Formats: sequence, C-alpha cells, structure tokens
Amino acid sequence: MSFLVPETGLLFWMLLAFGVVFFVLYKYGFPVITSMIDERKRFIDDALQNAKKANEQLAGIQRRGDELLKSAHDEQARIIRDAVAAREKLLAEAREKAHMESEKILQETRAVIRQEKEDALREIRAQVAELSLAIAEKVMRKELESDRQQQLYAKELADEAINEKLSAK
Amino acid sequence: MVAMLLLLPAVGKGNDAHVSGSVDVKKVIFEHVKDSYEWHIITIGEKHISISLPVILYSGRTGWELFSSSRLHAEEGYNGFYISSTGDNEGKIVEVDIYGNEIRPLLDISITKTVLSVFFSAILLVVLVLYTARWYRKRKPGDEAPRGFVGVMEMLVAMVVDDIIRPNVGKNYKRYTPYLLTAFFFIFLNNLLGLVPVFPGGANVTGNIAVTLALALCTFIAVNVFGNKEYYKEIFWPDVPVWLKFPVPILPMIELFGVFVKPFALTIRLFANILAGHTVILAFVCIIFITMAVNEYIGSAMTFVSVIFTIFMNCLELLVAFIQAFVFTMMSAVFIGLSQPEHDAGKH
Repeated sequence: MSFLVPETGLLFWMLLAFGVVFFVLYKYGFPVITSMIDERKRFIDDALQNAKKANEQLAGIQRRGDELLKSAHDEQARIIRDAVAAREKLLAEAREKAHMESEKILQETRAVIRQEKEDALREIRAQVAELSLAIAEKVMRKELESDRQQQLYAKELADEAINEKLSAK
Repeated sequence: MVAMLLLLPAVGKGNDAHVSGSVDVKKVIFEHVKDSYEWHIITIGEKHISISLPVILYSGRTGWELFSSSRLHAEEGYNGFYISSTGDNEGKIVEVDIYGNEIRPLLDISITKTVLSVFFSAILLVVLVLYTARWYRKRKPGDEAPRGFVGVMEMLVAMVVDDIIRPNVGKNYKRYTPYLLTAFFFIFLNNLLGLVPVFPGGANVTGNIAVTLALALCTFIAVNVFGNKEYYKEIFWPDVPVWLKFPVPILPMIELFGVFVKPFALTIRLFANILAGHTVILAFVCIIFITMAVNEYIGSAMTFVSVIFTIFMNCLELLVAFIQAFVFTMMSAVFIGLSQPEHDAGKH
C-alpha cells in the first residue's frame, strides 16, 4: 500500500521543481516557440496566397499574349489577302485597259486603211476613165480624119463627155 | 505461443526459487520502482556503488536535520534516525518516539532518488526548451523550417497545440498553452528517462504517486482558479429542476465530488500505467535470474525468451510513455475546457 501514499517531501520538491520549470518556460520558452510557429504558419499561408495570385496573373498575361499573337496573325493574314486581291485587281484593270487601247488603235488603223483604199480606188477609177477616154479619142480621131462630119460629131461627143465629167466634179 | 508455453513452467519454477530465497523478485522489483534515500547505480561483485543523497528532516525531537544518507548505513543509524525495515514505513527514515513507537519525522523533505531525478529532468527540460526557443528567437518567420532536434520539438509542440489544446480547451486556449505544453513535455521526458536503464535515467518518476499528484494538483489549480462564472454556476446551481438542488443539494454535491474526482483520475492513471510498465519490464528481467537459479539449461533458454520480451516491453513502454503524456495533457485540456463553458443561449 505504500505505493499509494504520496510522500510529502517528494510532493513538495515536485511542486517546487515543476513550478520553477513552468515559470521559466512560461516566461522564456513556449510562448516564443508557439508564437513563432503561428507566425510561420501565417507567413506560409501568405506566401501561398501570393504565389497563387502571381500564378493567376501570369496566366492572365500569358492568355493576353496569346490573344495578341493570334490577333497579329489574323491581321497579317488579312493584310496579305488584301494585298493579293489588290494586285489581282490592278493586274486585271491594266489588262483591260491595254486591251481597250489596242482595240481602239486597231479600229483607227482599220478606218485609215479603209479610207486609203477608197481613195486609191477612186484615183484608179479616175485614171482608168481618163485613159479609156484618151484611147477612145485617139481611136475616134483616126476614124474622123476620114470623115469630117464624123470628126465633128466625135468632137461633140468628146466635149459632151468632158462637160459631163466637169459637171460631175 | 511457443514463448508463452516456455514461460509458464518457468514462472512456476521461479516461484519455487522465490520461496527458496535465492532471488527475491518482489524485493528486487520494489527496490527499483520505489523511492530511496540513495541512488544505487551498480553492484560489482559484493561492492555496491551508489550515490548518497542529502537527507533533510524536521523532527519534533531534534529540530531540523541535514546529513548524508550514507550515515544511515551505520548499525544504530544517525542521531536516532534509521531506515525502517518493517511495517508501513518500510524503506523510510523513522525515529523512535518517547513511547517507543517507530514514527516518521514530522517533515521529511530529503532529496531522494526521485527528487534528484525530477531535478535532473527539470533542468534537462528547461535546457531543451530554452535551446529551442533560442533557435526561434534568432530567426524570422520567413526563414527556413527547423531540422533535427528543433524540428522534432516543433513537431511535438505543434501536435500538442493543434491536436490536444486547441480542440479541447476552446477559444481561450492560448492562455493555457504554456502550462499544458510544460506538463506534456515534463511527463514525456520523465517517462522516457524512466526507460533508460542507466544513471541518471531509470528512476520511476512518473510512476510515483506523489509526482502525478503534484501534476494533477497543477491541473486542479488551472481548472478551478481560472474557471469562469458559468463553470461555478453549473456546479452549485446547475440547470436542473429545483428539487434536485434545494433543499437537499443532490446535484451540487455530485458536481462538487466530480471536481475532486478529476485530479484523482489524472493522478491514478498516469501513476498506475507507468508503475505497471516498470514492474513488467523488471519482472521479465528477473525471469533470467530466477530460472538461472533453478537450472542453467532452463535459465539459458529463458534468458533468450526474457530478453525478447524485455525488448518488446521496452518498445511498448516507449509507446506508453508518449501515450500517457498525451492522455494526461488531453484530460487536463478537457477539464480546463469544461471550466470555460461558453454561455449557450439555446440551452436556456
């Protein structure tokens, strides 16, 4: 039973020792440790929070960069497309213009040629008429030498033809 | 199972040996787990090596006395004081009063083995905790986390605060954290030192009822001195029908009884658990000597079994050392939490 009876002396020393230990640790020991642990916990929480925020920001920047890049790509494609279209248009216009110009020149040339041809024909006809008249005159003259009357008549005819021609002119 | 079967006849034989007086198991175990006036370290052959400790007494006969316990070895004791060998005071310093009765001195505050062990562990605890605190003092919250010993201390502190104190005490937990942490580390350290078989460990500190009583008294003070109004109202005027508390205060009596049962429960469970652990380990060690005294062959076989069992028990006791410190702290925290009831509007 002596186990179950607390010794006064031991109780006294134990209370004293424990009291001193408690006082010292209360003053200089555990509050330092616990407050530091709490502070570090808070610090880690803050750091995690900040890291999360920074990550989100980074993701936002990345997204914005991607968007910028994409829009730049689109812009580039659009510009190229426009340039191609403009070139095509210009080429087509130039071709059209050249075609029209050449057509015009051709027509003018054709008109000039026709005119020239008509002029030449007319000249030829006039000369042929003159020649045939000269021939006919010579023929008539020869025949009319024999016959005076006939000669007069032929002269009459020739004058008539010349008059006709002159009036036609 | 085989080991258990081997054990049974050995114990039977051991009892014979006990009776024959070659190895007095009870005496050996009691000498180890009880307090004493000197610290027996080792016996080499017939030579006992022990540390003599100061004896401090106050006797009605001689007044204050201070002398070395080595003087008690003399045949007639010292100045009328001697160590009793029989009766209730066996192993304690006694004197003879005028009627010839063996009595204890009025006050015996000798530095006994347990007291010295308490001092040693107290100093060790202060050094360890202040070392840890110094480590923290020199650093900022943003510095890297501690490693090694300080890391272990931080883990234990954080575990006690987060798992025991905060959930059980309630919102005022910061006020009680230093006390509960001190109690936890004090008990844990003493439990561990008690398992170290060589000096200065091995003393049965937390298996001594005076030590656990002192710890329980501290919790008692923490509970009842700092209990709030609500707590005392629940004891003396609980929220029950009037006839249960007036004119015969049945429930207040029960509640008041509970106030004193709580520290008693704390005292007994820690004391009994550690004492039992020490006793079982010593009993396993004693098996070696018992069976050796009976027969060398059985003794050799049993030595093997006994060592295995002792190792097993020591591992178990390591666990118990932690669990008992944990349980004491948790129960203290629960009792403190109960002394801080928050006014619950829904109940009234």
